[in-house]
Amino acid sequence: MQAIQIVLTCFAMFAVSRVLIRYRRGGMRMLHLGLWLVFWAAVIVVSVHPATTDRLATILGVGRGVDTAMYLSLLLIFYLLFRSFAKIEDLDRQLTRIVRANALRDLEEDLAAGEAQAPGKQP
Amino acid sequence: MPQRIIVIPAYNEERTIAEVVCGATKYAERVIVVDDGSRDQTGILAKQAGALVVRHAVNRGVGAAIGTGIEAAVRLDADAVVTMDADGQHRPEDAGRVFDRLAKGDVEFVMGSRMKKGDDPGHMPAHRVLLNTIGNLLTFLLFGVWVTDSQCGLRGLSHKAARTIELRTNGMESISEFIKEMKDKHWRHDEVAIKAIYTDYSMSKGQNLFMGIKIALKLIFRRFIR
Repeated sequence: MQAIQIVLTCFAMFAVSRVLIRYRRGGMRMLHLGLWLVFWAAVIVVSVHPATTDRLATILGVGRGVDTAMYLSLLLIFYLLFRSFAKIEDLDRQLTRIVRANALRDLEEDLAAGEAQAPGKQP
Repeated sequence: MPQRIIVIPAYNEERTIAEVVCGATKYAERVIVVDDGSRDQTGILAKQAGALVVRHAVNRGVGAAIGTGIEAAVRLDADAVVTMDADGQHRPEDAGRVFDRLAKGDVEFVMGSRMKKGDDPGHMPAHRVLLNTIGNLLTFLLFGVWVTDSQCGLRGLSHKAARTIELRTNGMESISEFIKEMKDKHWRHDEVAIKAIYTDYSMSKGQNLFMGIKIALKLIFRRFIR
């Protein structure tokens, strides 16, 4: 076994442990748990038996198995990046809604307090 | 008497806010300053100068602040709303001219334009003219509307426009969102030539090339992906 295979396998196992811990704490949906486990299991299989990617490469028409793994990983990374970006935008918008609602509530309280005070000032 | 309200989004503008508010109060029944989470005295100074202050607990960006200001103006039963910058680059009398244009009643949206040919052209620095032209082109490509100053912060909304506008973006890109709303909601519009006052201070607060690129990318992302 090559050093890189050991490193990749260890890292994948570490990642699986993080996924499991996160799931147990309730910070992850069952669907996402399943997807991540399948993904990291695939990483372990591919690093232990790199030849498995060759079959996939033949099907997809890519020269080498390792290249196939690279292309697919890149695709996945870009997709996740896009998802995160969209998610951040959503959160940003929601945060604005909360901040705005609070600001306007404070304003109405200020105005109500001002109106309550005003008649008292009249002689 | 119509209720004219000026909305001023402000973030750390303690150097200029009091003067801007004082000027604005001459042309509107009410001035609303949206203190967008400033860490300086902006809110206090604005209040002392006679503005109604709405405070964001955390900084949300100029678009979000304008949105909050318009919402507050609507709750105060505004008949017309004009937004202007807090850095002192807009002359209060130009806000008055935007109100006058709205008062004619034939348009829902009025844009101040620093580049409109006519009575009173401003002295916009050359690199600003370039950035602005790029902004106008992008606005045209994305929304199909040609305006002479798509990046201007001085603009007016009628009674109807103030109640129907929906700003979704938080940052500087909201500037172009006004134009999108104008088109989507079929608001009749006009431009009023204004003169911007360029000081070192207002220049340092404005958009630069890097921000321009960021805004452009965000706009394109929203237009084609969301």
